[in-house]
Amino acid sequence: MTANAGGPRTVSKAETDDHRSEPTEDDAPLGSPRVADPVIKSRDLDVYYGDEQALHGIQMEIPERKVTALIGPSGCGKSTFLRSINRMNDLIDIARVEGDLRFHGKNVYDEDVDPVALRRKIGMVFQKPNPFPKSIYDNVAYGLRVQGKDDDVDEQVHTALERAALLDEVEDQLDSSGLDLSGGQQQRLCIARAIAPDPEVILMDEPASALDPVATSKIEDLVEELAEEYTVVIVTHNMQQAARISDKTAVFLTGGHLVEFDDTNKIFENPESERVEDYITGKFG
Amino acid sequence: MSTSNPFAEGTEDIARKRLIGRVFVAICFASTLVGIVALVALIVDVLYESWGWVTWEFLTYPPSQVIENFLPGGRGAGIYPAIVGSIFLIALTAVFTVFLGVGAAVYLEEYAGDNWLTSFIEANIANLAGVPSIVYGLLGLAIFVRGIQLGSSLIAGALTLTLLILPIVIVSTQEALRAVPDSQRQAAYGVGATQWQVIRDVVLPRALPGIMTGTILSLSRAIGETAPILMVGAATSLFVAPDGLTSPFSAMPMMIFEWATLPEPEFQHVAAAGIVVLLTILLLMNAIAIFIRNRYDPRS
Ligand SMILES: Nc1ncnc2c1ncn2[C@@H]1O[C@H](COP(=O)(O)OP(=O)(O)OP(=O)(O)O)[C@@H](O)[C@H]1O
Ligand SMILES: [Mg+2]
Repeated sequence: MTANAGGPRTVSKAETDDHRSEPTEDDAPLGSPRVADPVIKSRDLDVYYGDEQALHGIQMEIPERKVTALIGPSGCGKSTFLRSINRMNDLIDIARVEGDLRFHGKNVYDEDVDPVALRRKIGMVFQKPNPFPKSIYDNVAYGLRVQGKDDDVDEQVHTALERAALLDEVEDQLDSSGLDLSGGQQQRLCIARAIAPDPEVILMDEPASALDPVATSKIEDLVEELAEEYTVVIVTHNMQQAARISDKTAVFLTGGHLVEFDDTNKIFENPESERVEDYITGKFG
Repeated sequence: MSTSNPFAEGTEDIARKRLIGRVFVAICFASTLVGIVALVALIVDVLYESWGWVTWEFLTYPPSQVIENFLPGGRGAGIYPAIVGSIFLIALTAVFTVFLGVGAAVYLEEYAGDNWLTSFIEANIANLAGVPSIVYGLLGLAIFVRGIQLGSSLIAGALTLTLLILPIVIVSTQEALRAVPDSQRQAAYGVGATQWQVIRDVVLPRALPGIMTGTILSLSRAIGETAPILMVGAATSLFVAPDGLTSPFSAMPMMIFEWATLPEPEFQHVAAAGIVVLLTILLLMNAIAIFIRNRYDPRS
């Protein structure tokens, strides 16, 4: 915990009276429910790629053990925001992050935070399934091994596969290559790999966008179940998916602004912002 | 007009373009043919010249100045010390290049920042790949033979050949590393691997076939090089195989060159026999490269 972690919010630029006005840079999004005990809290988060600013003053509080969906048109910065949570943006040379992103109150961009340690607490699942060219078993065990959690690997691998709803399908072929699985199975394998070392948060960047409807619905069921134990942040292009599986929804709009963030029901039934309503009803985006 | 062929318009133009296409195919085919015919002619000629000369004695005896010794019933003479010399030379060169080449490539590709210095170094490595081999020979002579007093030894030869192929190995290794998909690295970083773990577990295994192929192909270029080891002072005809890092050595290309310059016409056959042995070893090395690429490709 750093000194100002629990301090009062800066009110100077954010709070305006007129709630229907569109937010300007650095504004809190419309909605912005109070989240008791947020796991992740971003304040005035700006991300730049070179000279291009991809995110503008993002304010968001992500609740524990809930599914938070990030939606918005292509290029609005959803993936960028997701990657700034576990500092995967560090791997992009030209990316630069300013502002605060707090995990349990600690700014993950502080000098004394090791991004490797951070990623051990915040796992990630990518858009395209990316299993290693290793056996199913070794894929799931990989996180355990790099993190040195390698006593009782067998049991942890089985638990992870079970939680990822994959164990029944692969139980007797754990030694065969992860690449021999179907796309949907590969994605669940990647989910198993992400949860095996038991992180607190799982970030998912359009985990079902490369999958057929059946595989997609399996992933959706899985996400809901995962939220019983983990905090899930999921990017999706699919409105129905966001509506079905998430508790909170954040709507980013073009230019990298978080326009509205609220309970999913509220966003889909009665959004504050007209632009969000237009986007959700498919008028643009 | 309406009942006639609706595609009639422009057919002449299409026919002309198609003709150009055929001419182009013919030129490409002719080029291929020239290459293949030359290669086949070369191999046939060498095989014909050496027919009957590649005997067990030829592989296991030291050379001789007297042609009778190479003939059946003679005392026995051959290329043995040069084969051993070449194999030692290549083995040593392989060890040096793998460590230096792969090390440098991993550093440049994975660790070095994207700044002007890195670009400058990379551009120069690419340029070094084009420097004639005799220049490396001179460098080897100045540095290894005279500078650090290794003399005309096996190790001086190996270090010189290492310098020669290092740029190619670095460049091909960098390419292999670059070809590792980002998604694989991200997968490893995503579960909390350190950079070293990512490189060891994901990047290197995935790049290994490419690295091996590049390295072995470079080595098979090195094994046929004459100029650099000539400069370093490899012996032309040595009667004993080298038995240590600092012993004098001979190598197959040197030996072949020596025989080819001898006046007796029969020595042309001996030279051809040497070429056949050299080519066989080269083919073997390339076959190993292909085998390794297929065997250790993690995707298969
Ligand atoms: N590696 C990068 N280098 C430079 N610019 C980038 C990079 N990644 C993203 N951007 C830019 O940042 C902006 C936001 O991109 P981001 O990938 O976060 O969008 P997104 O909302 O995830 O889009 P999509 O729905 O298409 O995945 C875009 O304008 C994009 O061009
Ligand atoms: Mg994206």
